Amino acid sequence: MPAGTEYEVVVGMEVHAELATRSKVFCSCPVSFGAPPNTQTCPVCLGMPGALPMLNRRAVEFTIRAALALNCQITPFSKFFRKNYFYPDLAKGFQITQFDAPIGHDGWLDVEVDGEVKRIRIRRVHLEEETAKLTHAGDDIITAGNSLLDFNRSGIGLIEIVTEPDIRSAEEARAYLKKLRATLVAVGVSDCKLEEGSMRCEANISVRPKGSDKYGNLVELKNIASFRAVYRAIQYEAARQSQVLESGGVVRRETRHWDDAKGETAFMRSKEQAAEYCYFPEPDLMPLEISEEWVEEIRRGMPELPDARAARYMRDYGLNKEDAQQIAESKELWWFFEQTAAKADGPEVAKWLVGEISAAANASGVELSQSRLRPEHIAELISMMESGKISGKIAKSVFEDVWATGKAPADIVRERGLSQISDEGELRAIVRRVIEANPGPVQDFGAGKERAISFLVGQVMKESRGRANPQETNRILREELARAME
Amino acid sequence: MSENVLDLSVHELRRKLLQGQVTAADMVDAALKRIEALDGAIGAFITVDAEGARVAAEKVDRMVTEAVRSGDEKALPPLAGIPVALKDNICTRGLRTTASSRILESFVPPYSATVVEKLQSAGAIVVGKTNLDEFAMGSTTESSAFHTTRNPWDLERVPGGSSGGSAAAVAAGMASAAVGTDTGGSVRLPSAFCGTVGLKPTYARVSRYGVISYGSSLDCVGPIAGNVLDCAIMLGVMAGLDPRDATSSPEPVPDYVESARSGLDGLQGVRIGVPAEFFAPGIASGVRETVERTLHRLEEAGAELVDVSLPHVEYSVAVYYLVATAEASSNLARYDGVRYGLRAEGKDDVGSTIAASRTEGFGQEVQRRILLGSHALSAGNYAAYFDKAMRVRTLIRRDIEAALEKCDCFVSPTSSTTAFKIGEVRDPLAMYLQDIYTIVANLAGVPAISVPCGLHQGLPVGFQVFGPMFGEPTLFRVAAAVEQASAGEMRRPKLEVM
Repeated sequence: MPAGTEYEVVVGMEVHAELATRSKVFCSCPVSFGAPPNTQTCPVCLGMPGALPMLNRRAVEFTIRAALALNCQITPFSKFFRKNYFYPDLAKGFQITQFDAPIGHDGWLDVEVDGEVKRIRIRRVHLEEETAKLTHAGDDIITAGNSLLDFNRSGIGLIEIVTEPDIRSAEEARAYLKKLRATLVAVGVSDCKLEEGSMRCEANISVRPKGSDKYGNLVELKNIASFRAVYRAIQYEAARQSQVLESGGVVRRETRHWDDAKGETAFMRSKEQAAEYCYFPEPDLMPLEISEEWVEEIRRGMPELPDARAARYMRDYGLNKEDAQQIAESKELWWFFEQTAAKADGPEVAKWLVGEISAAANASGVELSQSRLRPEHIAELISMMESGKISGKIAKSVFEDVWATGKAPADIVRERGLSQISDEGELRAIVRRVIEANPGPVQDFGAGKERAISFLVGQVMKESRGRANPQETNRILREELARAME
Repeated sequence: MSENVLDLSVHELRRKLLQGQVTAADMVDAALKRIEALDGAIGAFITVDAEGARVAAEKVDRMVTEAVRSGDEKALPPLAGIPVALKDNICTRGLRTTASSRILESFVPPYSATVVEKLQSAGAIVVGKTNLDEFAMGSTTESSAFHTTRNPWDLERVPGGSSGGSAAAVAAGMASAAVGTDTGGSVRLPSAFCGTVGLKPTYARVSRYGVISYGSSLDCVGPIAGNVLDCAIMLGVMAGLDPRDATSSPEPVPDYVESARSGLDGLQGVRIGVPAEFFAPGIASGVRETVERTLHRLEEAGAELVDVSLPHVEYSVAVYYLVATAEASSNLARYDGVRYGLRAEGKDDVGSTIAASRTEGFGQEVQRRILLGSHALSAGNYAAYFDKAMRVRTLIRRDIEAALEKCDCFVSPTSSTTAFKIGEVRDPLAMYLQDIYTIVANLAGVPAISVPCGLHQGLPVGFQVFGPMFGEPTLFRVAAAVEQASAGEMRRPKLEVM
């Protein structure tokens, strides 16, 4: 390529999400995380001789729900296939998955980057089964002396969501992944925890000279385990591929591994030879008929999607767009918001949620739903602020205690003696003490320096340990200053 | 051997049991004694569960005492105390199940197949697990990794396969009835060679859960018995919907016993199809005469013979060996030495351990079929082989549906020959052609039964009846008539020589 060519990155994403059904997709073993290894198993998910799969109807329903949330068409006559390959985590030597006729196809998801709405087309949404979990005894897969297998995960329902190559930047990829997770969580089909692997992401990345309509050679990127990683990995890979082209090289078709610690991608295996999976229709399962009535029933029972929820919050609660979107994309936040906003001013609740509460959750590493904070706590704080019982500054300090202890704000205010001083006599006494102790600023004020008053208010606050009612303080201070000037 | 209680049929044994003339313990003892006396020469069994059978017999005898005392004979399940043998590709909890393969030589299943649970709830007593061609891939039982089973009629000859152990056990009176599996004829061919009655039920009629898969869309579990009525009693117990097998049918299970009780007089007006393709040259002369003589007797009894044609049947062997091997290549992928079964030692990585385990664990015929199947499924060959085979399979199914519009059932010899000598057929292709009369039933999913219709040179000849989906009652009716028509020519094998 001529030097100075501008390159464009083209990305398609493949996301796997574990279904939050109560039982596995082809047997009745419970889906439960954290159980001792190999205790949630049966002949089916262990791939015992003679064991046969039975399709969990609920897993199909969840897949349809996900597909509808992604604006997909639903296939009325869907089929399962066997994908044959050998790997120790694959109990039967084949994975039951879908090939042609996936449950959902031809959908889309709108994402917003820098205020612009971008539509990412969804090629397919299909249902398949999880593999067992491999733990390598050693530092990495190459040097491990042996590996341990946990089949608790084997046979958990998994949906695969594949986009068209519509993504053009790392920002778009990250926005897509965030929006996809919010959508899947909103419709209750998966908890989508990237860090714990219940949501996994692969990106197919190529670059081409800007303006070209031909795709470049594809690199598949694995081990992307956070939103930050998807952004950094695509940035890195786009730059790497552009550099290869820039220097007159050819990008090899290969699978690469994102190393988050090093911040770079590394070669895993070549994709020059297509893998041979010997796909064929799964003869142990009947073709899957999905009636229009069933789809309609699922559609009617669909929970609200993030975009609709954000719009509703803007309309009904008067939230601004940013707060509304941020809250609507997280079930933790919107649940808390709705509970609290029933008892307190919506925009004020939103301000707390996207501000103090999110910050506290991030800092402590405790999710909101797992924390001691209750919606009543925030409603009470807001109410105490509105009635003038405490100031905003005190409220933040009280909040920290509530977050840490789970005690009611009113109790904390009482115990710590934090309620606001609005009593005229009490305030006037403090104000007089401050005027007496600060002749300089008082003189400045008298000389017409309006700014001096904020210093004096600050002194009153200090004297009252922040409890003085700011409006009252201001009024009384001006009265007393006027008197002192006489 | 003549006073063996197991020379009596299942239905006779039940009467004697209720009359107190025989106990479950007697039956089990008779079976175990017979096995001890004969099985060294025949080799029908891989594993004999003498202790388990005796414990189960005690339990049944207590049930009998209770049923007789309370006068409620109906409360006694239909197979109470009956010693049965199970093909060793049917999982039995706590009892080794090998599929006659080195790779599962020491495999003890943690669960039982649905059909085993059903038989045991019906009072049947499992005396042991019978030999088969490795993973049911064969027509003679010679491809067992452990030993070759010999035909009780002539120990130099094969018992047929792949359920050769089950058929030989019943023929030699080592069990009253047995269970086999039939993917391309594996219940019917050994039944023909051993002079037993063997049924391949309609696909999905009997649960496959716990039965080691060979060709999933073809595999059927079927009974092997000494007579048609016993076969019907067995099917009545084995059949029915199973919530653990997605392909099993919700079709209600009718009373098969009633159909099996009819005889030649029940044939009036029954239309029996005679496919030209199944009576073409190639049938050994003695076999042809025996089958045609039986047909003639059926006609005399009032059946109407109808000429039918199955034009695509000539492709059935080719279609079968693509579909069955393709499914097998995938079904046998789970035997990788990782979770159970044979694991090759001394390899330093996972891939070569899996490869070596499979190379050591699978016999030649199994490896041949896995390779054939993988080839047919590979991306470059799928359209030309597997997909085309599936389409021809549909044509064959339509042929059968069309034929069955003109008749109630149609017939053929079960095999073109009687049992041949051990080692006589060595060419794999010649061996595959043994299944030519049986595999259409598997490809179409329809039921078919093999019933002995006489002897040729001292060896049994099998007469095969095909019916429509869930047409087992028709098969039992016609088979019972064949049984009656050939009663004069049939007898039990002479085993005094041992």
